[in-house]
Amino acid sequence: MSNKKNILFASCEEAKQICDKVQYGEATFIEKMKLNLRLMWCRATKSYTKKNRNLTQLCNKAEIKTLNPDKKEEMRKNINSKC
Amino acid sequence: MPKQKLNPSKWVDLYADYLFNYTITRVNDTIVAEDLVQETFLAGLKSAENFKGDAAERTWLISILKRKIIDHYRKINSKKGKAEIKMGYTNADDQDGDWLEERVADPFDLNAEDVLQNEELGIAIQECLMKLPKKQADVFIKKTIQGMETEDICKELNITASNLWVIVHRARTALMDCLENNWFKNE
Repeated sequence: MSNKKNILFASCEEAKQICDKVQYGEATFIEKMKLNLRLMWCRATKSYTKKNRNLTQLCNKAEIKTLNPDKKEEMRKNINSKC
Repeated sequence: MPKQKLNPSKWVDLYADYLFNYTITRVNDTIVAEDLVQETFLAGLKSAENFKGDAAERTWLISILKRKIIDHYRKINSKKGKAEIKMGYTNADDQDGDWLEERVADPFDLNAEDVLQNEELGIAIQECLMKLPKKQADVFIKKTIQGMETEDICKELNITASNLWVIVHRARTALMDCLENNWFKNE
């Protein structure tokens, strides 16, 4: 099977991956065009796009924070020294 | 149910962010939250022999953390009581002040329900993240939550950009399914 990508038409999998890039603002103009073209008729892509957009909104809304990596390292050392 | 075992060497990787988010929504101060998480791990180590294995490791750590948060509030409240400045409008001059406005609720504030819902949502996402394979969770956190650049993540994890997008795609698909079962069904 050839892995060569069509210039204008995206496969369902390719369209989903472009949709992921769109969530991070990293899709190129051509990629967006390919996605929009596919969205006109592909239900699977439409459904994925809707869910994907939802996930982005939920992540923004939840305002999840992560611990500073240095602090994590310090905690790791602390735990290991007492284990 | 099989008895659970403690594995302290993996606590930081598995639970640090989860406990940190749980704490930050309750104490609203990053440094205090970091300290409380650290104290929780140390207290967990100290009382490891009391762990009976009936509850999951995470549930057990959360129960320790809850007590730490209560202790924290007890401590600051006892300090606050000593230096509290009471606001009172006892004389006639004060009564001319805009006391009414000071007591009106801020309409732009999130209400308690919104805050609670966002907090629960954060916990639901974290729980789903814990179910992902470590690499997928790592990449998703770096890209989505920490907002790192694709190039930087690729360098750090030694992967190609197309590899990264495949991992992001798998993580997002798994998260969508997990949230659909755990969040949207309960909404």
